[in-house]
Amino acid sequence: MAAPSQQSYIRRALLELEPPPVASGSVLTRTRARLFGGAFNTALTLLGVAIVVALVWPTLKFLLIDAVWTGSSRLDCLPQTLDREVGACWPFIGAKLSQLMYGFYPASEQWRVDLTYALGVVLLAPLLIPSAPCKTLNAVVFFGVFPVIAFFLLIGGVFGLPHVETRVWGGLLVTLVISFTGIIFSLPLGILLALGRRSEFPVVRTICVIFIEFWRGVPLITVLFFATYMLPFFLPSAWRIDGLARVLVGVVLFAAAYMAEVVRGGLQAIPRGQFEGAMALGLGYWRMMGLVILPQALRLVIPGIVNSFIALFKDTTLVLIVAIFDLLGQLRAAFADPSWATPVTLFTGFAFAGAIYFVGSFGMSRYALFVERRLNIGRLH
Amino acid sequence: MQMQRALAPPRVAIYNRPRFRAVFYQFALLAGLVWLGYAFALNAKANLDAQSITSGFGFLENTAGFAVNQSLIPYNESDSYGRVFLVGLLNTLLVAGIGIVLATILGFAIGIARLSPNWLLARLAAGYVELIRNLPLLFQILFWYLAVLGTLPPPRQSISLFGEIFLNNRGIIVPAPVAGKGAGLVVAVFAASVTATIALRLWAGRLQARTGRQIPLVWSCLALLIVPALIALIAAGWPIGFVAPELRGFNNFVGGIRLLPEFVALLVALTTYTAAFIAEIVRAGLLAVPRGQGEAASALGLRRGLTLRLIVLPQALRVIIPPLTNQYLNLTKNSSLAVAVGYPDLFAVFAGTTLHQTGQAIEIIAMTMGVYLAISLITSALMNLYNAHIRIAER
Repeated sequence: MAAPSQQSYIRRALLELEPPPVASGSVLTRTRARLFGGAFNTALTLLGVAIVVALVWPTLKFLLIDAVWTGSSRLDCLPQTLDREVGACWPFIGAKLSQLMYGFYPASEQWRVDLTYALGVVLLAPLLIPSAPCKTLNAVVFFGVFPVIAFFLLIGGVFGLPHVETRVWGGLLVTLVISFTGIIFSLPLGILLALGRRSEFPVVRTICVIFIEFWRGVPLITVLFFATYMLPFFLPSAWRIDGLARVLVGVVLFAAAYMAEVVRGGLQAIPRGQFEGAMALGLGYWRMMGLVILPQALRLVIPGIVNSFIALFKDTTLVLIVAIFDLLGQLRAAFADPSWATPVTLFTGFAFAGAIYFVGSFGMSRYALFVERRLNIGRLH
Repeated sequence: MQMQRALAPPRVAIYNRPRFRAVFYQFALLAGLVWLGYAFALNAKANLDAQSITSGFGFLENTAGFAVNQSLIPYNESDSYGRVFLVGLLNTLLVAGIGIVLATILGFAIGIARLSPNWLLARLAAGYVELIRNLPLLFQILFWYLAVLGTLPPPRQSISLFGEIFLNNRGIIVPAPVAGKGAGLVVAVFAASVTATIALRLWAGRLQARTGRQIPLVWSCLALLIVPALIALIAAGWPIGFVAPELRGFNNFVGGIRLLPEFVALLVALTTYTAAFIAEIVRAGLLAVPRGQGEAASALGLRRGLTLRLIVLPQALRVIIPPLTNQYLNLTKNSSLAVAVGYPDLFAVFAGTTLHQTGQAIEIIAMTMGVYLAISLITSALMNLYNAHIRIAER
């Protein structure tokens, strides 16, 4: 036999002819092929059905069908009193709603929180809708003016509003304050760091690289401990920094480092010609960046920025470890109340808080997807 | 003449020259940072003096005086804070190590399931990923700890799985492996079989490359792995086994290993959370391999399994591995959330208990951050090496 054929994989016999593929017209045929085509596939489908039956159905049953909707104490949620299987105990959430939403913010002042939320929604909604007019003005008001108004509205002490200490803030209010502050400050700081990392100045570059890699290399919880326990040592003892403000410093520095890496990705995607074109027009560094490069780079990384926001939103839960009671912290505190201790209290509370977190993050990620699709359509044409 | 004058460098004030500006700005930045550091150091000294805290690492030799409920190395209350640091570090590495292995397996399974042609399975996998990714990790840790493990029955009414594993509100009790006399022999034989298997695979690969002849590799490898070890086990009188836990007395289990509920909650939450991210990475990696690669493989007559193993996966791994390492790092860093449920990891015992007992905030937080930073930097350095190794050689 010839040498080459021995060293190769050439098949010597023809394969038998396969039957032609079955035309799959109807939905039914296709569905059947997708779910029950072959033994292995059928087994997988049965496994899937088993999972649905074992998990999804009991969850729905717990949350809706067996749930208790009205009541005033734990007795209304006990299987002994109702003489049936008991699902979620929604009266528990009703009783703790104020605590979960506002913490111990005085009840007579809670309208200020609501007003802040309303203002925020009114300003944010047109910003998110692509066809709404006056984007620049809207953005300036939302990112520049709104935080100032919200700050004075929530803290008080001016215009006859009573002062409310941040110690009594809690629940969803704290979650949103930390997320929003983190977002507002980490974006510009992150942009500066990203520019610094790509700077021609070696000293600036080194400092930015060290800063970014340091914060990205440590867990957020150590950053919060750093801000809570270590930072006060480094500042003059006369400065008494509010506990919430300390945490905010930590969160902003941490989020800025991640934001810097996202923005850097966008900067790297801008072709050299854009920089050279801007320089040829006689623009200085800041004008080149502000007018030509950043508008393109930031647009490219909007999904990445939103993902950082989602991470930040989820990470706010960590503040409960440094004794600041956000939504999850207040939930934990509410669990400790013996007057609502039932076998279903824990699951009810987690379902409620989980729904809030899920809606927040899932909504943001869907919006990012929507923006990404819109941008991609623009690029295809 | 006219021409030459136009080309001569224009007279610019010194403060407008780029070189001067570069040096000036960088110098100013550096001076500002040095001043800031100096001010911090001065403040720190004044504050420490005011609270009469002695700075320095001398405290590491002091007696800790508190108990740790899980330790991989011998530890008791009279040991030093330095020992506590080590205990915590090992506990962190333990939960991170096991978590990484489990999250990888689960993540790959779910990532592949998301691309399954089976509609139901793909939907379920997508639902899992969306649900888990959009809930905070701490929320999930507390959920597992308080709602799932916390509501298990007391030891007397333990839930028993196959009579070997017991679940109750004090943890999960699993059978403990025991090694009797002659176990060393069995382990040695097994190690030799593993080496032989690797050698066989290499040899078979070379044989196939040279002649195209294939040997039944799977069966011969399995036989090579199992048969000698089995013979050694029987010859040595079955020295390796498991001791199933047994309920003795009121609520005590004898035999078996008790996994703390804190450990289990943390491990389950870290694993499921990271697996959701790994699944997305795997999916993206598999989708990044051009369709033509798989089609060409089928055209060559490779079966589906072989196509995945020989053609698609090696190319997908190039895309998957860098973000995968990132997830491993995230898992390790996230294990510090153990402090919320009281699992004695590095952060909980050192930056938690030790910090509260000694008040040495600066040293302790710096050491803790240093450990995590070192893990991160070493991993990224290894990652960069690996990336350079697998990069497609471009000409």
